[in-house]
Amino acid sequence: MATQEMEQLVRREYKEGFITDIESDTVPPGLDESTIAFISNKKGEPEWMLEWRLKAYHQWLKMTPPSWAHLNYPPIDYQAISYYSAPKRPEDMPQSLDEVDPKLLETYEKLGIPLHERAALAGVAVDAVFDSVSVTTTFKEKLHEAGVIFCSMSEAIRDYPELVKQYLGTVVPQGDNYFAALNSAVFTDGSFVFIPEGVTCPMELSTYFRINEANTGQFERTLIVCEKQAQVSYLEGCTAPMRDENQLHAAVVELVALEDASIKYSTVQNWYPGDENGKGGIYNFVTKRGDCRGDRSHISWTQVETGSAITWKYPSCLLRGKDSIGEFYSVAVTNGRQQADTGTKMIHIGEGTRSTIVAKGISAGRSNQSYRGLVKIGPRAKNARNFTQCDSLLIGDTCGAHTFPYQEIGNSTATIEHEATTSKIGEDQLFYCQSRGISEEDAVNMIVNGFCKDVFQELPMEFAVEAEALLNVTLEGAVG
Amino acid sequence: MNSDVQRFLDRLTERSAQRDASQGPEPTWIAARRQAGAARFEALGFPNRRVEAWKYTDVRAIASGDFQLATDAEFSPATTATLTLPVEAHRLTFVDGVFSASLSQLDDLPQGVQLLPLSQALEDNHEAVGGPLGRLTGVEFSSFSALNTAFMEEGAVLRLAPGSVVDKPIILQFLSRANDAPVMSHPRILVEAGSRSEATLIEHHIGEDTAANFTNLVEEIILDRGAILTHYKLQEAPLADLHVASIHVEQGRDSRFTSFNLNLGGGLVRNDLVTELNGQGAEATFNGLFYGQGRQHVDNHTLANHNAPRTFSNENYKGILDDRAHGVFNGKVVVKRDSQQIEGFQSNANLLLSDRAHIDAKPELEIYADDVKCSHGTTTGQLDEEAVFALRTRGIDEQTARGLLTLAFAGEVLEQVTLDVISERVELAVAGKLPERFNLAGLVETAVALGEE
Repeated sequence: MATQEMEQLVRREYKEGFITDIESDTVPPGLDESTIAFISNKKGEPEWMLEWRLKAYHQWLKMTPPSWAHLNYPPIDYQAISYYSAPKRPEDMPQSLDEVDPKLLETYEKLGIPLHERAALAGVAVDAVFDSVSVTTTFKEKLHEAGVIFCSMSEAIRDYPELVKQYLGTVVPQGDNYFAALNSAVFTDGSFVFIPEGVTCPMELSTYFRINEANTGQFERTLIVCEKQAQVSYLEGCTAPMRDENQLHAAVVELVALEDASIKYSTVQNWYPGDENGKGGIYNFVTKRGDCRGDRSHISWTQVETGSAITWKYPSCLLRGKDSIGEFYSVAVTNGRQQADTGTKMIHIGEGTRSTIVAKGISAGRSNQSYRGLVKIGPRAKNARNFTQCDSLLIGDTCGAHTFPYQEIGNSTATIEHEATTSKIGEDQLFYCQSRGISEEDAVNMIVNGFCKDVFQELPMEFAVEAEALLNVTLEGAVG
Repeated sequence: MNSDVQRFLDRLTERSAQRDASQGPEPTWIAARRQAGAARFEALGFPNRRVEAWKYTDVRAIASGDFQLATDAEFSPATTATLTLPVEAHRLTFVDGVFSASLSQLDDLPQGVQLLPLSQALEDNHEAVGGPLGRLTGVEFSSFSALNTAFMEEGAVLRLAPGSVVDKPIILQFLSRANDAPVMSHPRILVEAGSRSEATLIEHHIGEDTAANFTNLVEEIILDRGAILTHYKLQEAPLADLHVASIHVEQGRDSRFTSFNLNLGGGLVRNDLVTELNGQGAEATFNGLFYGQGRQHVDNHTLANHNAPRTFSNENYKGILDDRAHGVFNGKVVVKRDSQQIEGFQSNANLLLSDRAHIDAKPELEIYADDVKCSHGTTTGQLDEEAVFALRTRGIDEQTARGLLTLAFAGEVLEQVTLDVISERVELAVAGKLPERFNLAGLVETAVALGEE
């Protein structure tokens, strides 16, 4: 396919735009206690949940949006946002893939997305999709057998209130930061995962599987709890350009790992980045935090961030248990006028805790990207160990790449290493490839993929393949 | 308004009234700058820890202090002799910020070299000072630079004519006295190095052991084409001294600036070292060593602004912290758009000798050009166990081995120092400060004895 065409495809304006048709179940824009009560009521939530939300709302009122990030965007009018809209009715959605924009399908093809997922992603009425995909129901049975709870947050609040009460907000408290407080007040849905003691989740969990359950909306709330010796790998997002109609996203993800538990959380984010002038595009303000509560617990974050106009995201690990391990692997690609301020926090509290940070940033076009990370070693974290590597690759002379690592070390037995480099794709590297008959575009893709290899290795296999393809698509048109 | 801020402003009003009474009105530009400084300081107040640049440094000890201004420069010549660096040099001495002619050495300055106290320079030709002064460090830089501008009256001016080379080092010696009531001083230093000139400037802060004063220094250094300046900041101030310094350098084409920031003394120390690499081929090297013990707090902020293509910066800071000392390292390299073919390297390594010592490190890169080679690395940890083992196999006991390796850690910075009088002095001081468990006392004594022979 011609490069130009492809470029157009990736950059094309979102046909759907950001205008939501007013439906009967949509609250008017604005946020006050009655909006929150409305959401809570719609979800059929118990009284304590409403109180919890209101507490968050009152804290949010007293807070100011953070301004420390290396980001530039006009102030957000929180009263202009509609905080609840009912999921689209199936009859409003395309009834089959034939009704979907063929160009969108081409992108899916290029990314190698399995057929049944394409339909779901394109927004085809899910019943129609999942009727033909009995695979989902098989998954559900298997999970049930193993004792794993995997459902939407609304269901969890209804069916497992004790578990939710016990863990919700214990990792990211309501007043943690501006966006977390907003999320706590108005979240509409999200996923809940509970892996009981000693159980290894029989398959990788993914939001794909419950795409038919509800429109998760812009304020997503995810809670994953692994009891002693339990294990799970969770995939969030997808590589395909997602159809989305909300501009502001403020999700919260909480992970709890008890003794010897292990959680692996992988994200691929490719939301609409805005047009070439930076108009439109998703604002993504996410709070993700994992709590290694038990000894020898293990939490690993892997992320591939290619979409959104603004990314503000710092998946973190609280390493409280003795010998617990935190990991963060990230690839962030920005092109056009995208801005990303992302990184991680590793808070070492327990003895013998270890953390690894590998962050790879690729900036192209007129984009700006920052790595911002904190490694904190508390006085009781004897023999704590951290290794951090953050590398930036610049493509073109109008983009920016920045690193702001913070280290706060209060223990003499700690060993901390930080390395960062910034460079561009070497002329000699390109020449070497081209002299062997590889086109410039392919050569750049090869080099970029090599640059990101350390992170892709951490992704589950199918995801890794898609991520590589995604990277190539995102950077198309950036070189040459 | 904050009563702390008001106390400093009151002191300023008193001082201005005294000065006007004794010396008559000042040139209008100075009065205007003072006013701008005071207004800025009043607006900013003292920085608190919510201000990013002061996140790790609490200046309440300064803000809550009631500091007088010294009026004389009396200091025992005998004590001075023990404090002064034993080296042939051109020397200006200040006692609590007041110039002391008797303790200075200004004879036989080479042709084309002007070294004089700020008050003298202003008296001779205040307009020649007014042009460059404040160009690099304006009142906007920080509350402390604003405060300095409001109070400045003494300091040093060094002018090097094009092509002039000063063989002997130039020492600016700042002595801190044990006063009945603590005093503050706001020295202002201006260096103008003409093209292809070359000099070594040593800023030496030292004083009587029981002194507890506040120094707020601002230094502006302008290097023209091809000028070479080696700058030492030897900080051996008494342990109760409070010290804030901003050093701002502007580098023209092919100029070379080498900084040694050697920090041993002071209770609360904050250094801001900034270079503007404005001409192609300009090169800056920042070397730093800080040793903290007791409850010392040492904060080093450095910034290299690559404003022109083909400019180079290289930074190496090392910190050793013992007891409850707190160290801060914040290094930043900024590459402006279109500043291509830049090399910027930054390295910071820290050793913590005690479980209560604390280090906050933040090496930053901010890059807007693509043809650059920039990297930074920082490590905090313990000594290499294999190195300890290697020494033990040679019959050295473990603690001594650790002591020697700690000394060698500092040595990596000191071996870049070309003035023996400084490298030896600092090395001995570090050896002397190391915890007793390292059994280096005998070794130090031997070294001192050898030095005295």
